[in-house]
Amino acid sequence: MKRREFVGLTSLAAGALFLPSFPGFGGTPVDPARLLEGVDPALKKRLADAALNAAKSAGATYADVRIGRYLNQSIFTREKQVQNITSGESFGAGVRVLANGTWGFAATNTVTEAGLAKAAQLAVAIAKANAKVQKEKVNLAPQKGYGEVSWKTPIVQNSFEVPIAQKVDLLLAANAKALDNGANFVNSALFQINEQKYFASTDGSYIDQDVHRIWPTFGVTAVDRGTGKFRTREALSAPMGLGYEYMTPKAADKIAGPAGTGLIGYKNSYDILEDAALAAQQAKAKLTAKSVTPGKYDIVLDPNHLGLTIHESIGHATELDRVLGYEANYAGTSFATLEWKAKNQPYGSKLVNIIADKTQPGSLGAVGYDDEGVKTKQWDIIKDGKLVDYQKIRDQAAMVGQNESDGCCYAQSWQDVQFQRMANISLKPGTQKMSVDDMIKGVDKGIYIAGRGSFSIDQQRYNFQFGGTVFYAIEKGKIAGMLEDVAYQANTQEFWNSCAAICDESDYRLFGSFFDGKGQPPQVSAVSHGSATTRFNGVNIINTARKIG
Amino acid sequence: MAILTKDEAQAILKKVLSFSTANECEATLTGQMGGNVRSARNAISTAGAVENVQLIVESRFGKRSGTASCNEFDDATLRRCVQRAEEIAKLAPESPEYMPLLGPQQYLDGSKAFAQNTANITPDYRAQQTAASLQLCEKRKLSSAGFLTDNASFVAKLNSKGLEAYQAATSLEYSVTVRTPDGTGSGYATADYNDISKFDAGRLTQIAADKAAGSVNAKAIEPGKYTVILEPAALVANTDASLLQALMGAMDARAADEGRSFLSKKGGGNKKGEKLFDERVTIYSDPTSLDIPDRIFANDGRPQKKVTWIEKGVVKNLYSSRFWAQKAGIPDIPPPGGWIMEGGTQSVQDMIKGTAKGILVTRLWYIRPVDPQTLLYTGLTRDGTFYIENGKIKHPVKNFRFNESPIIMLNNLEAIGKPQRVGGNMVPPLKIRDFTFTSLSDAV
Repeated sequence: MKRREFVGLTSLAAGALFLPSFPGFGGTPVDPARLLEGVDPALKKRLADAALNAAKSAGATYADVRIGRYLNQSIFTREKQVQNITSGESFGAGVRVLANGTWGFAATNTVTEAGLAKAAQLAVAIAKANAKVQKEKVNLAPQKGYGEVSWKTPIVQNSFEVPIAQKVDLLLAANAKALDNGANFVNSALFQINEQKYFASTDGSYIDQDVHRIWPTFGVTAVDRGTGKFRTREALSAPMGLGYEYMTPKAADKIAGPAGTGLIGYKNSYDILEDAALAAQQAKAKLTAKSVTPGKYDIVLDPNHLGLTIHESIGHATELDRVLGYEANYAGTSFATLEWKAKNQPYGSKLVNIIADKTQPGSLGAVGYDDEGVKTKQWDIIKDGKLVDYQKIRDQAAMVGQNESDGCCYAQSWQDVQFQRMANISLKPGTQKMSVDDMIKGVDKGIYIAGRGSFSIDQQRYNFQFGGTVFYAIEKGKIAGMLEDVAYQANTQEFWNSCAAICDESDYRLFGSFFDGKGQPPQVSAVSHGSATTRFNGVNIINTARKIG
Repeated sequence: MAILTKDEAQAILKKVLSFSTANECEATLTGQMGGNVRSARNAISTAGAVENVQLIVESRFGKRSGTASCNEFDDATLRRCVQRAEEIAKLAPESPEYMPLLGPQQYLDGSKAFAQNTANITPDYRAQQTAASLQLCEKRKLSSAGFLTDNASFVAKLNSKGLEAYQAATSLEYSVTVRTPDGTGSGYATADYNDISKFDAGRLTQIAADKAAGSVNAKAIEPGKYTVILEPAALVANTDASLLQALMGAMDARAADEGRSFLSKKGGGNKKGEKLFDERVTIYSDPTSLDIPDRIFANDGRPQKKVTWIEKGVVKNLYSSRFWAQKAGIPDIPPPGGWIMEGGTQSVQDMIKGTAKGILVTRLWYIRPVDPQTLLYTGLTRDGTFYIENGKIKHPVKNFRFNESPIIMLNNLEAIGKPQRVGGNMVPPLKIRDFTFTSLSDAV
């Protein structure tokens, strides 16, 4: 077997999420052919058994091993040129063990029977060292072994098989559309991920999975040199659990936005050329858009915006590790404690129904089995406005009196330990027929918001502030021009209780977070959030314009 | 073999270059070994160890460049890696921003970045340090959640133009959040080191525990503009965006020249040389600083030297890529690693004594950009926020959301304290007037 370690992309790309434009890099690493090679499952089983046996011999009561080949390819361009192309591969194995009731983990890129046995022994040594100071023993929910099984993201076209030149041409064509439509600058990027991961455990599972994700995106900047003002408009694409078929636009996947905005929503395929042209026009328009008057407004949120609000105020708040205090030192805890849930208070209005899901086709979170060998499923989190369950994994289930995991355990690579990560958390569409224009007709004084913008929420998920990509005033049931300097501040419960209407299923789309960070050392995961356009009444809008001299 | 000596690394790199047939070739070897322990609810939750070594080869033919990497070091693998980089380079598009590889460079002495005692850390050492934190909290009937991570690493470079570079480094970072069992109080402390001889998880936990116990029964006060004392961990976070890192991260010359930075000038050009901050603001970087010994070369091989970024409130230097420096005819300065903000001699306690009315902020959290034009950021206070009256802490207050720009903040400077190390930087506590809190948060 060949062992290789290419440059990891994660840290660079994770940064990109938080920057208005993508950083430029030197060099052009391109090696697509390497990304199509697989590793023989029979060999992986033999290696996995070496790790599991070594762990048991060293005193582990439970062990699992993940042999992973994590591939990524990213293309970064600006204006008329390619900035960087990276084709990355990371191959190695992580062994997690329970010894004396305590977890231990060790990872190695020496993927041989001896290398894995050594990692297993180190993991047991770490577990035993820590067990000496441990009071709370790990209680693992029982899990039956599945034997040898496999799962693959149902993609149509593997994006790693598409020639780089074709992808570069598409991004440069999108840049050209933006420049032709008045942009001063444009950065575009295409992220592609393929996780080839093999999981085996002492429960008797040998699970081979092939997971694909893709994210095309761009940022357009318009500059007015005279006033010194600049404005940006980001892509309205969504990262998806799809192959390159996402890049071929289909008319059936397009949903017209509100009359008067020109906006288009995208379902399972994306028209990057169309969006880039509109983005440039909107970035320019933002330079002269009216600055918002602060106050209370009814806000109408596009799914490509609302997804992030769902992610932060419901997705993270209902992760059981946060609720129990395991993330107290970094991501924080949650207001939605077990005691809070027992009081049966409304999380949101009766219209609010939230589903957790690890199976939805096209979503970023979809896998057959999670990273501790649990078959995935869909379950209720909020029903008719009330919190009914959390997101939990094997070592948490007993803490809330349950006896099975929800199947939402994940590690970003072989060298990171798996832990509880967010499932797809989605808002069910409304049951009454309603389009976005129907919804806007009923709004007297409001603001329509599309796309992701600034996002910030406290460590217990009460107080949040969100911006957006584009904002439109709604006056007497109609779109009435663009606004700028808009952000809304709210409290999670007040906000979801102000949910007044949800469009029907025909407006339902997925939003995605490709690089969601959590844990120490920090790890990223990818997760989708589905919703239809939704109205919230009486939300506090602030004006974010400042003068710096 | 995770940490190679300079000679061991250069021997591999020389062999790599001997296989090259490209116009230019640069080989970089990196390695790291380390471990971590994570705890919560007064118990260890996860712990791990990782090691890895990798070689990256960049080959160039004219303006075309290709990169490949491997992590096996036999001759056949090294030869294949070079061949692959060359094949990729031949297929790559020409880069309009091509810059030739750098030749030999003079580097400062970077040996202080490595400490053998940090490289020697064992699982037992991590468990003992963590145990000290857990035991202290158990004794005080508080709940501890912490993270200890340590790492030894090296970077070595050699290229066909004669550039040769090597540096080894070590680090340990610890952070701890202590909460009261009823969840009404929370405190935080963090520290990081190259050399662990001064590391004491128990001492840091004591600070966080005192803040947790002292922050119970916080009172709500109206949001608005307040005088604040921002502790170093409120100004720079080692795990998240922060106000001063946001400022340092926005000092790129190209963005300023292109008109899309707070440093862009109306009508064109940038604001280098202009006084944008209070005259007590001076920020520089120095990789040989004994407080924060740092990388002596950037990823592209450029030397890291002592650079003054802001002096007495005046923007003195901007960093840039080599391409942009040449195109714009400006000094070729890479972005810094850690940086040092000059301060005074006052402790946080001294600063509290000199405050008639104000708010002490331990930590700011979930800080995100709102407007890149003004560097306006939003975020929240966390883990210990207190009301100060007549030189004393009067009572804890509920947490706030802020909307503030570091540029406005560094113009509203009242006092600067003694710098402390945070996240590999030296950061003084700052007393700021008219800091903008826009709403209250129920979070503890």
